[in-house]
Amino acid sequence: MTDLADFRSETRAWLEAHCPPEMRTPVRSDKDICWGGRNPDFQPGQREWLEAMASRGWTVPDWPTEYGGGGLSPAETKALREEMAALHCRNPLNSFGISMLGPALLKYGTEAQKLDHLPKIARGEIRWCQGYSEPNAGSDLASLAASAEDAGDHYVVNGQKVWTSYADKADWIFCLVRTSKQSKQGGISFVLFDMASDGVSTKPILLISGYSPFCETFMDNVRVPKANRIHDENKGWDVAKYLLGHEREMISGMGLASAGGGNPLIEGAIAAVGLDDRGRLADPLLRASIALFEVRARAFGAMSERFVDELKAGRAHPAQPSMMKYYGTELNKARHELQMAAGGSDALEWESDASNGGAAARAWLRTKANSIEGGTSEIQLNIVAKRILDLPT
Amino acid sequence: MPLYLDDQQTMLRDTARDFIAEHAPPAHLRALRDANDPTGFSRDLWKQFAEMGFTGILIPEAQSGMGLGHVEAGVVLEEIGRNLSPSPFLTTAVAAVEALRGTAHADRHYPGILAGDTIAALAIDERAKFGDGIALAAERSGNGFRLSGTKQFVTHAHVADLILVAARTSGSETDQDGVTLFAIDAKTAALDIRPERLADSSLASRITFANIELHADAVVGDVDNGREVLNRLLAAGRTGASGELLGVGGGAMDLTVAYLKERKQFGQTIGSFQALQHRAAHLYAEMEVARAAVLKAQQLLDAASPHAGQAVAVAKAMTGLATTLSVQEGIQMHGGIGMTDEYDIGFYMKRARVLAEMFGDANYHADALARESGY
Repeated sequence: MTDLADFRSETRAWLEAHCPPEMRTPVRSDKDICWGGRNPDFQPGQREWLEAMASRGWTVPDWPTEYGGGGLSPAETKALREEMAALHCRNPLNSFGISMLGPALLKYGTEAQKLDHLPKIARGEIRWCQGYSEPNAGSDLASLAASAEDAGDHYVVNGQKVWTSYADKADWIFCLVRTSKQSKQGGISFVLFDMASDGVSTKPILLISGYSPFCETFMDNVRVPKANRIHDENKGWDVAKYLLGHEREMISGMGLASAGGGNPLIEGAIAAVGLDDRGRLADPLLRASIALFEVRARAFGAMSERFVDELKAGRAHPAQPSMMKYYGTELNKARHELQMAAGGSDALEWESDASNGGAAARAWLRTKANSIEGGTSEIQLNIVAKRILDLPT
Repeated sequence: MPLYLDDQQTMLRDTARDFIAEHAPPAHLRALRDANDPTGFSRDLWKQFAEMGFTGILIPEAQSGMGLGHVEAGVVLEEIGRNLSPSPFLTTAVAAVEALRGTAHADRHYPGILAGDTIAALAIDERAKFGDGIALAAERSGNGFRLSGTKQFVTHAHVADLILVAARTSGSETDQDGVTLFAIDAKTAALDIRPERLADSSLASRITFANIELHADAVVGDVDNGREVLNRLLAAGRTGASGELLGVGGGAMDLTVAYLKERKQFGQTIGSFQALQHRAAHLYAEMEVARAAVLKAQQLLDAASPHAGQAVAVAKAMTGLATTLSVQEGIQMHGGIGMTDEYDIGFYMKRARVLAEMFGDANYHADALARESGY
């Protein structure tokens, strides 16, 4: 216990000394999120913060040190996160490599694959994207068709992926391909390849938010070495499911108040509506809606903490991420509906400086995808009903 | 501290679960209700609670208790809730024990509580909805005080040995200061106690204080500074009620899910219908979120954290919302049988309503959070 207290005080001192002031302010727009990669687009403070944290392995504090992690115990990892939250430190690196591929590699990768990829993920040197969905394989993901023909030491991959987040900015992709037509789930393999490979092209998809975070990705006779396959041939579905659990965990975190401190919803409501002479929001029904929302948001914060604790202790039900994903994304949609209601006509401005380029409206529209991506809310409820409540099919 | 029960707490839960399910299942409440029992609970069971050590969970070891915390008290309360067991555990072993902690009254009343002899009641409500205002007047009189005013929603008052009363010793009704908590011997004070049967078959009283004379040693803590003691009582009571609500909501959900697996319509078990699966899975999510909020509040309270107050408000509000959903969905998914007195689900709905109201409902606590957050 004393050791943990020491760790905590040393960590706080180190964070105080190394977290740049710009990295202790609330995240207000997409530009405030650091993704790293071969062609990073750093804002002031982002590079220093990323390098400082990566030097200690603290972008992935609980990964083993030989793979670029911090080698921290669950209790130390929790203490680090709490100290970061207390100082309002931003997340140093956003990465599908950390939240999705990394855990899958740690479980299913060979030693060579781990040593090759994990340290680069930890340092933010390679930006990853995910090749799962296809035009005819959404909620029914296992019906995917992108094919990988056996060509000796490599596969030849052909097909199309869709909803590949940031494929146009990513360096590598982790991708589900069909290596056998004999079985639906048992004919899928999990492969990695460089987005700069011959035959790979991407096309952004414009969304209702006016942004294009997603792409269509086309594969035309792409050569993928067999050494880049994770786990056995035709066993990719196991890896995919494991990774989806982590994706759902990551997406569910969106229901929590933003990192970097402050509560944009409450601050926004006060700015737009004002307080009455008793210090209460001048719109009583908006105030009540926000207050009841905050009860759920804080309770969900406790749920997230409990889930992480249970996960680290190996006590979490394997279908629990589905519950978290469902609740967290529905909550996040509710948060942004309230934020728009509070902002009124100001929040509707699409391009003005005052609205920070329509940040609130675009964020609101973006959240509508939360309950679709990574498996729809209805798919998550199906999983909870069948695997946790054990209801009949 | 990880946010799940440790091995010892899990052992206590298993013990409490077996004991309460065996001795005070919903059939026990039904039997008391059918007999129109004037006590409203079993004194024998309260004695057995004492023998199990439950009544001393929050009493320090130095005073012969178990010296445990709110997590452990909550473990027992959840099983009380799950079984709808009528018991003075929440008012006596949780709220009153916390209010008396560290005062001269502790030495006087803890032994009776430990032995399963003493029943405590909390006279803190003065209106239909819980509020912070206190009007009941305690004027100085000779060597003590004279109380006049009314209280309501005082559960177990009609059988209580000890009644804790929040009264005003100075200032006006809405002031935070000027409040004093009194410990009254219910058997000797000439209180006008009128028990009323509530919807859940429990008994709660309206009490009229008509110039009741008290000795100065009835004061718990300091005169005019009783808000601190009252807040300690309320934090314990709210956290405890949240734990009991969790049991009520969880028990109702378990009944409902079991029913979905056995009831057949259109030639299939109704639990195979996606419309009902989605409702059940949503309910599960709400209950799990509420469960996490309760454990967080219990742990922070045990750690005497400055964040405990807000966590307690979240827990009471969230369990109110989630358990209300659970009992409503329970009736709906049971269909017609859920409306019958013969079936237990209706008992869960009635108990949930009482607990949701006790010590402030979800709206009260959401409002409190908003005020603390500056909006």
